[in-house]
Amino acid sequence: MNGIFKAFLVKYGEIGIKGKNRYIFENALMDQIRYALKPFGDFYVLKEQGRIIVEAHDEFDYDDVIGALTKVFGIVAICPVAVVENNEWENLKNEATAYMKMIYEEKELTFKVAARRSDKAYPLDSMEICAKMGEHILDTCPNLNVDVHNPEVKLNVEIRNKTYLFSLVIPGPGGMPVGSNGKAMLLLSGGIDSPVAGYMIAKRGVALEAVYFHSHPYTSDRAKQKVVDLAGIVARYSGPIKLHVVPFTEIQLYIHEKTPHEQLTIIMRRIMMQIAEKIADKQGALGLITGESIGQVASQTIQSLNCTNAVCSMPVFRPVIGFDKQEIVNISQRIGTYETSILPFEDCCTIFVAKHPVTKPNLKAIMRSEEMLIEMNAMIERAINETEVILAQR
Amino acid sequence: MQVYFDNAATTKPTKQVIDKMIQVYSDDYGNTSSLHTKGIEAENHIKESRFGIAKLLKVEEKELYFTSGGTESNNTAIFGAAYANQRMGKHIITTSIEHASVTNVLLQLEKEGFEITFLTVDEKGLISLNELEKSIRSDTILVSTIYVNNEIGIVQDVERIGKLIKRVNPKTLYHVDAVQAYGKLNIYPNKQNIDLLSASSHKIHGPKGVGLLFVKEKTKLRPLIFGGDHQRGMRSGTENTPGVVGFYVATNNMYSNIALITDKLKEIKLYFLDRIKEIEDIQINSDVSLTAPHIVSISFKDIKSEVLLHALETKGIYISTGSACSSNKPGKSSTISAIGVDKIFADGTIRFSFCMDNTLEEVDYCIDTLKQELSILRKYTRKK
Repeated sequence: MNGIFKAFLVKYGEIGIKGKNRYIFENALMDQIRYALKPFGDFYVLKEQGRIIVEAHDEFDYDDVIGALTKVFGIVAICPVAVVENNEWENLKNEATAYMKMIYEEKELTFKVAARRSDKAYPLDSMEICAKMGEHILDTCPNLNVDVHNPEVKLNVEIRNKTYLFSLVIPGPGGMPVGSNGKAMLLLSGGIDSPVAGYMIAKRGVALEAVYFHSHPYTSDRAKQKVVDLAGIVARYSGPIKLHVVPFTEIQLYIHEKTPHEQLTIIMRRIMMQIAEKIADKQGALGLITGESIGQVASQTIQSLNCTNAVCSMPVFRPVIGFDKQEIVNISQRIGTYETSILPFEDCCTIFVAKHPVTKPNLKAIMRSEEMLIEMNAMIERAINETEVILAQR
Repeated sequence: MQVYFDNAATTKPTKQVIDKMIQVYSDDYGNTSSLHTKGIEAENHIKESRFGIAKLLKVEEKELYFTSGGTESNNTAIFGAAYANQRMGKHIITTSIEHASVTNVLLQLEKEGFEITFLTVDEKGLISLNELEKSIRSDTILVSTIYVNNEIGIVQDVERIGKLIKRVNPKTLYHVDAVQAYGKLNIYPNKQNIDLLSASSHKIHGPKGVGLLFVKEKTKLRPLIFGGDHQRGMRSGTENTPGVVGFYVATNNMYSNIALITDKLKEIKLYFLDRIKEIEDIQINSDVSLTAPHIVSISFKDIKSEVLLHALETKGIYISTGSACSSNKPGKSSTISAIGVDKIFADGTIRFSFCMDNTLEEVDYCIDTLKQELSILRKYTRKK
């Protein structure tokens, strides 16, 4: 497909209906498109009549550009556009026919021509263009038949100072452009669920930062690298992610020492939420995101979720809460985080995992145990101060 | 302080090796197969290296082949011997403490219809000659044993093993995986009744990506890699001239100074073993009189070896886990379980491996750090 397409027409749905705020969303989408295409060449992005047009000012690789655009939230569809410089009718007719031959080769298909002209001085009107061009294509391509009501291919012909030809429609990811809906803090582990959760919230236009709790030497630097890599993959969709790596060993050991073992995980989760909320607050994020799914593990029963939820005042977004594991796995495979998520690097934390953790924790009992943790506030402060920030990008 | 005690994993190439390789890379970059002068120059380097190594091992030049490393040598030796001799039988004997590049080749052959006998080892890691003798049959085409075990350093008596094999069935071939022995012990394949022997360059301060396979004259072996008939068709592929030259320099360094080097290694090892006794609840898996001078395996009670590894790494000490903790690879046989180390010790097994550049000060630092870290780690164990 390299070579024939010189522009892309980007269609967006939901953001088109946002009334007076519409320009904010459109500008955010254009920013995201510019950012996504930056590594692949020189592109000019402009807004026009409820669509965005991306024009290439340079050579580019078609597959790279489609790969990048299909990751930009807010895009509903992408149409690759062939540009005809000379509008003169004979030439245009032949170019359009050549286009159809090139794209659809010998395939048996039905088609129709849909014409628009902003150049009202053009010698033919839209109806005439449709009829005459359709006729010429029909005569030249024996494999193509006309169906004006339900065609398999709609060849759009838009005549301006140049002519745009397009017929292919490539679905985009939908959602809203990142940055149009504020920012949230993702609790990112090395697992399968949290990157998916981040992806899903970013899809609603929310910019991401992430926090990861690192327990060296109980977790290795490879485990940390894995989280950086996962953040990098999510960043292909969400844009760059600031990853806050919180040193967590001291806190974990302290909980281990002072509280009943079967409560360790739940107390640890509560502390993690507190730290994440503090960092979120500092960074101007307005919510937390977790990959929790009801009942998946002991710390994700509805009782446990109540206990962890009770420490935060910020809203906690749990986009995969009602998903089965397999459904989450399917998304992670589609967005490309799965292969990294399943790398086995965290086998050494077993001392922190009780054989039989509480599955129905009682909030009062948990809070009573936490009263034993008199040094915890100081430790939390220290952990936040010693947090390392890594910028994860594709 | 940076302490590299992971020399059984790989070693730092010496300056001499690197300098020589740079020279060959820059000046003598020809393809050994080319007919012009550049090719001949390169070929001369290979010839010289092969000649030099042959002399050190007291073998013929034509009995040596250069490969891409220990794994390729082991694969070629075992697959090659099995396929070339299968009309005489399909029975192969090995031990339960082999490196994966031997064990997994044999497991593959088992799937292809060969019968494999795995010899047990005693608590020190030694096979029983008695059991070996009883296992050799008329259809036994190959015995493959490791020379120096990579996890605990136990040295098998290959000379007696070789003699025994040839006495019971002269047609049975003997392959020795000498990757950890090469350069540290004197190896004379012909005297030791060895038909096939594998070695690797990067374990002795040579470059990575180079290995050696000794094939005794007249041994039937099917090549693993086919192509332009380099190395007389046994191992096709353009020779890695700089790598081979680097390997030769490294080999020569080791064997020219072998007494000096082994004395130094022994000194470090004895000192290490002496000082490690200051630590409680440990088990030493490497009997000093029976193991190679560069490897010590220690099991620490109530410790997860990978956690200890990361704790030591923070202090600049680099070691390996003794592989029992590779619990994320279940079903993998390991030397530690083969010698019957109790589970509460086995999970905390660490391999320390030395080279001639290590010092007693480094041992002191390592032991002192171990004491500190263990006191922290042992305080926090999994509650029952």
